[in-house]
Amino acid sequence: MKETDAIIVIDEKCVGCTLCVKACPFGAITMEDKKAVIELAKCTLCGACVEACKFDAIIIQKKEEAKAVDFSLYKDVWVFAEQKKGEVQSVSFELLGKGRELADKLGSKLCAVLLGDGMEKACRSLIERGAEKVYLVDSPHLKAYQDDPYTKVLTSLVAKYKPEIVLSGATTIGRSLISRVAVTLRAGLTADCTGLDIDPEEKLLLQTRPAFGGNIMATIISPNTRPQMATVRHKVMKEAESDPSRKGEIIKEEFGEDALASRSKLIDIVEEMEETVNLAEADIIVSGGRGVASKENFSIIRDLALVLNGAVGASRAAVDADLIPYSHQVGQTGKTVCPKVYIACGISGQIQHLIGMSSADVIVAINKDPEAPIFKVATYGIVGDLFKIVPLLTEHFKKTLAK
Amino acid sequence: MKIIVLIKQVPDTTDVKIDPETNTLKREGVESIINPFDMYAIEEALRIRERLGEGEVVAVSMGPPQAEEALREAVSMGVDSAILISDRKFAGSDTWATSYTLSQAARKIGDYGLILCGKQASDGDTAQVGPGVSMHLNIPQVTYVKKIEKLGKVSALVERMTEEGYDIVETPLPAVLTVVKEINEPRLPSLKGKMKAKKCEIPVWTAEDLSCEEEKIGLDGSPTRVIKVFTPPPREGGRILQGDPEEVAKELGDLLKKAIIG
Repeated sequence: MKETDAIIVIDEKCVGCTLCVKACPFGAITMEDKKAVIELAKCTLCGACVEACKFDAIIIQKKEEAKAVDFSLYKDVWVFAEQKKGEVQSVSFELLGKGRELADKLGSKLCAVLLGDGMEKACRSLIERGAEKVYLVDSPHLKAYQDDPYTKVLTSLVAKYKPEIVLSGATTIGRSLISRVAVTLRAGLTADCTGLDIDPEEKLLLQTRPAFGGNIMATIISPNTRPQMATVRHKVMKEAESDPSRKGEIIKEEFGEDALASRSKLIDIVEEMEETVNLAEADIIVSGGRGVASKENFSIIRDLALVLNGAVGASRAAVDADLIPYSHQVGQTGKTVCPKVYIACGISGQIQHLIGMSSADVIVAINKDPEAPIFKVATYGIVGDLFKIVPLLTEHFKKTLAK
Repeated sequence: MKIIVLIKQVPDTTDVKIDPETNTLKREGVESIINPFDMYAIEEALRIRERLGEGEVVAVSMGPPQAEEALREAVSMGVDSAILISDRKFAGSDTWATSYTLSQAARKIGDYGLILCGKQASDGDTAQVGPGVSMHLNIPQVTYVKKIEKLGKVSALVERMTEEGYDIVETPLPAVLTVVKEINEPRLPSLKGKMKAKKCEIPVWTAEDLSCEEEKIGLDGSPTRVIKVFTPPPREGGRILQGDPEEVAKELGDLLKKAIIG
């Protein structure tokens, strides 16, 4: 270690307490003769050790820090492959679809990173969908998502292999994880993108996302940091096609107990969906609003959803009137959905509701009030009594879909 | 227990327009409110204080001078004190710089058991600042909390909402919790609270007060840059189907067939 290095340990001040060793997300610090030694190749100058040291024994020298990062070291497009109960989630296949396009434009490789327990077989599905390399970290500690180990492992892998772009689904897990990784790496991160492209001249990732509930779109870049990170809205990008003949490499990475430890403890995972279809995943959603009028009446909404193999949604008005649990609420304070078909029954279409569903491919509105704002966004509108029309639709699909 | 609640002032309506000339948001005439998700965080902090029979709730907001109004509203609901984080140097902060700045504020306040905030803000919708703050402070987080089951001095047992249901998570304290709507029903300000809100002093902390590193704040401290802002083409209303219910249902069924079968 030289005085001119970007980060130095002042030996006179270091008492060998090892706090910095524990704090380092990259495993770059070891103790030699009871003094901290920083391995510069692993260090990203994130400052976690400086923060942790109670004796001011570690210094990051700013002059060196200002030195521009050598972007040419950063290659490849990475997709964080999300798994639940050992199953790779479909949002990851969507990311591989878009990731392929980006990697081709950059002339780089498309890679996936998968954390879990006993996931080796699942790597195959990622390769078949176009991943040229899969970085696999397999450990019982990673079986289900937990903030600490996932953050440490993903951060270390990114620091080690230096991808140019890292994508994740804008899911509960993705949003909780990626923000922490980006903070540690001092990387730019754009949330909930609905469009991604490569700028042909600068080769920068162009990240387009809705803001103000979709009233405004913004295109965002991260020009001075690497990797460029983005979470991507589920159901917007097209899934990569699976091709069993594709070949790819699986790179297994091992991590020690330190990296895999979690401060918080996952006690239990509870599933409580009323139907088999999850709203965020659903291709078809039948939603009911205040017009449904009673808990019992929601059965006609459920019946249509069932026939269509869809999910049941609701407006805030219906939830507030206790017609259906909050987990079904679509809109600003509920869920944002992006199905192929959204059938709104007895929903007036307040702006807060429209925000949550207006990116559906086809919107059907059934409402008594011809002035209801929902008709302004509906692909097909029916002014009429939902109690007559919805059961007729259910019957119609029972017949036609059975064929 | 000292609880810090991070709140953001946002435009009341989502119907915000942009000025096509300057490409900036037209905020005139739009009333400002506390981000709806942060209201649940305030309420939860107050409930914890009431349940424990002791403690202190500090509301913190980072924003322009007018964000003070949001803090006064928090005081009127019952928080003990409020601090405004405001400095021209913070202008242009993205989620990285914002979470750094807020974490510096939390350090200065010190000795907190919990940091609460809404799962995301209704204007930016990023959900990145809460997790970012926890990382800058190097403390655990639980996101999308829908229930605090148990709260002790050194740990909390909470329910974290997921796409399929919820996780039960035990976390040591201090920790950052981001909360969802399901957690509670925010109260209305009391008359006494309103009086207090009118009179209370709200200190303003600057970059210097927070000992912020210059290269980590504001536009310079933000890795992301907005290069284009545009209004998406409005979705056009389509066809209105007319006729008796049976005919209409059949017609709609046929129209949807392709979309449904795929």
